Amino acid sequence: MTGPVLEAREVRFAYGRSAPVLDDVSVAVTPGRNLALVGESGAGKTTLLRLLLGLARPTGGAIRYDGRDLAPRDRALMREFRRGVQTVFQDPYSSLDPRQRVSGIVSEPLRSLGLLDGVPRDVARARVAEALRAVGLPEDAAGRYPHEFSGGQRQRIAIARAIACGPRVLLADEPVSALDVSTRVRIVDLLAELRETRGLTVVMVSHDLAVVAALCQEVAVLERGRIVESGETAQVLGSPRHPYTRRLVDSVPRLP
Amino acid sequence: MTLLDVAGLTIRTGGRDLVSGVSFSVEPGGRLGLIGESGSGKSLTALAVLGLLPPGMTASGAVVLDAPGAGRTDVLGAGERRLNRVRGRAVSAVFQEPLTALDPLMRVGRQVAEPLRRRRGLRGRALRAAVLAALEEVRLADPERVARAYPHEISGGQRQRVAIAMALACDPALLVADEPTTALDVTVQADVLALLDGLVAGRGMALLFISHDLAVVARVTERVVVLRDGRAVESGSVGEVVRAPRHPYTQDLVASARHLDRALDWRTP
Repeated sequence: MTGPVLEAREVRFAYGRSAPVLDDVSVAVTPGRNLALVGESGAGKTTLLRLLLGLARPTGGAIRYDGRDLAPRDRALMREFRRGVQTVFQDPYSSLDPRQRVSGIVSEPLRSLGLLDGVPRDVARARVAEALRAVGLPEDAAGRYPHEFSGGQRQRIAIARAIACGPRVLLADEPVSALDVSTRVRIVDLLAELRETRGLTVVMVSHDLAVVAALCQEVAVLERGRIVESGETAQVLGSPRHPYTRRLVDSVPRLP
Repeated sequence: MTLLDVAGLTIRTGGRDLVSGVSFSVEPGGRLGLIGESGSGKSLTALAVLGLLPPGMTASGAVVLDAPGAGRTDVLGAGERRLNRVRGRAVSAVFQEPLTALDPLMRVGRQVAEPLRRRRGLRGRALRAAVLAALEEVRLADPERVARAYPHEISGGQRQRVAIAMALACDPALLVADEPTTALDVTVQADVLALLDGLVAGRGMALLFISHDLAVVARVTERVVVLRDGRAVESGSVGEVVRAPRHPYTQDLVASARHLDRALDWRTP
């Protein structure tokens, strides 16, 4: 069994001297096992995701990539980390630069990681085309602008941008909650497919337990900055042991 | 008798129809759900019922509200004075985002007091008591503290309860609820739906419930109208529509919802 690709180990996070937003939180991302972070607003899900993404540093504990503690001064490690861990946000309307063509948006991580330095134009173009194909967008999408696309297609563009540099982990904060239900199903299917075809492991923050159940093999339940229950999704959500998890599961409205 | 009768409602802007020929009715005490995805026209339909369409949109067809004590009102043709008498008593509304429904600079108690003072003429101690009673009715723990708080000092679920208290202050015959739980956490959503369900039943109020979420609509309404691109494509009892949808669009919608819903059916390991 391989070790975790990304890990939060006994992480603590607090703003100034106020009560910690996260306290003694540990989660491990196993390659090939999608992980969901669930809980209510204010539980600390998004903060944990930001720490895993390296956008903020924990006030205690460590974030580990490939078994090594993230250290902003270790530039080689940080480059590897940036390339290996990418992200998709909730709102496909605000997360894409309206003045850039899709080709520019999708190739942005490649450029900022220096992966296009000295690379011929047509090779760069081929990499963008490949990413767009992987998310099910037509090739001519590259020359168009974000406003020409629907919400679901925009989220596909955001996913194409995230996977263009061939990451191992995709961190996604509520990636489908802004979408209509039929579009939501298609994006969930796409993310599930990327796990199969590219070995891309998704770490997702979501309040939607049905989406979690459909996409993630593992789940960690957060309540007020602590993990109250974690493990296999079917186990945790199917027979919850913690009262908070039970309440969460019981609250989901079901179809008659 | 029909409380709300919408017939051939068409809403147009810039030569484009956003809602086309939508018809439905709600009996006193009845509960109707409007289901649709973004752009289906469900929220515009709700605004038309309230006489609150934004400027630049024109509505044709008929929206008639006939509430006991408030008389018969042709909402589309009525002037602002007439509508102001109808709003609150005949019909009132709860929207998705409670933060925008409340004035951020006014304490919660004063906001709830406003409709009670204006519509029921309460003053002084009686008004104060009515405010606390209204907050208690929406199951807010510690109503005294909530009444003193500013909207940003209470949680999203509490704010939505306050918005519901304000909507119910004048005992409307019809409550229009437009995605009232979409911005809330799932446990809070469950509580607020149960609260709405109980209040509507307890007061014999009618409910027009707008949502994109089939399961949520099924939880609180009896009948539904499915909207797509401004047209009603199907209507019927919630059970029928969810179990045996007839229109291809509804079939697609139900299949998607069912696909995700099934992911929650555990074979207990």
